[in-house]
Amino acid sequence: MSNVGIVIVSHSKEVAMGTAEMVLQMVGDEVPLAWCGGNPDGGLGTNLDAIMEAISRAWSDAGVAVMVDLGGAETNSEMAIEMLPAERQKKIVICNAPIVEGSVIAATEASGGASLEEVKSSAEEM
Amino acid sequence: MTPDLLRSLLQGIAEAVIAQAEHLTVLDQAIGDGDHGINMKRGLENVLADLDNITAKPPAEILKAVGMTMVMKVGGASGPLFGTLAMTLGKEWPTEDELDSAKLGLMLAASIEALKKRGKADLGAKTMLDVLAPVQQALKANKSIAEISAIAQQAAEATIPMKATRGRASFLGDRSIGHMDPGAFSSALMIKTICQLLEEKS
Repeated sequence: MSNVGIVIVSHSKEVAMGTAEMVLQMVGDEVPLAWCGGNPDGGLGTNLDAIMEAISRAWSDAGVAVMVDLGGAETNSEMAIEMLPAERQKKIVICNAPIVEGSVIAATEASGGASLEEVKSSAEEM
Repeated sequence: MTPDLLRSLLQGIAEAVIAQAEHLTVLDQAIGDGDHGINMKRGLENVLADLDNITAKPPAEILKAVGMTMVMKVGGASGPLFGTLAMTLGKEWPTEDELDSAKLGLMLAASIEALKKRGKADLGAKTMLDVLAPVQQALKANKSIAEISAIAQQAAEATIPMKATRGRASFLGDRSIGHMDPGAFSSALMIKTICQLLEEKS
């Protein structure tokens, strides 16, 4: 049985990478985990291609929970999800949670084998 | 509308917005995260760089390609928003009939609905919708090009006293009052540029 994957999408590469580091240290590596940050030129922002790639890297048959920071990260993640195959879209959720705390909680839930819905609701309780 | 005309409108829009990128940044620093100017510039520079390829297609495909370039290259929320606007206009482009004010009004109405969904916003939230909706009404009422241009400008100015309830500006609450919405500014700039170019050509 596979665990839900976690994708971290921040405007900042450093925030995304640092959040992923915290998840790895606190939860371990039994959760598929990927992150991306920065606009297509490498400045602050988000990049659709990078979001789609991160979702592929963290893909799990149990689904993927996407953690976002500010508005553009959410809008771009929604758009990225819509560009993926329909059967994958059904297994991806965006969590409305603080990116650092939400990612750690979501990964903790996921590492225990929780369903995608359980992972999302735990993160959103933050 | 011929592909040539569409090409010169796109080029005019891109150049006009790029020229105002610094002003957009100033507007966005007041109530947003300060990236609207640089993001729109990056997206539209990519459109200009690829304009020969993009405009080799039929009009509907041109607009879809412009929208996709914005989505992929902007790097902020304005990418999916202006991208959705262009892609929906492309999707709604009439297949056979000549484009007139009424049809353009229907195309813009469909785009406004798509944008409301994409941005989870409605009218009066101090967004680009507050410019596009009055312009849509003006097209529907078959107003003149000069009137539409003036309506776009007035609508952008009308966002100044509004309180933002969507996007970064909504974090500011009442402090968003007194500033023009950057997306409303860039939307009005695009519409005024189209009007100006159409008048020059007529």
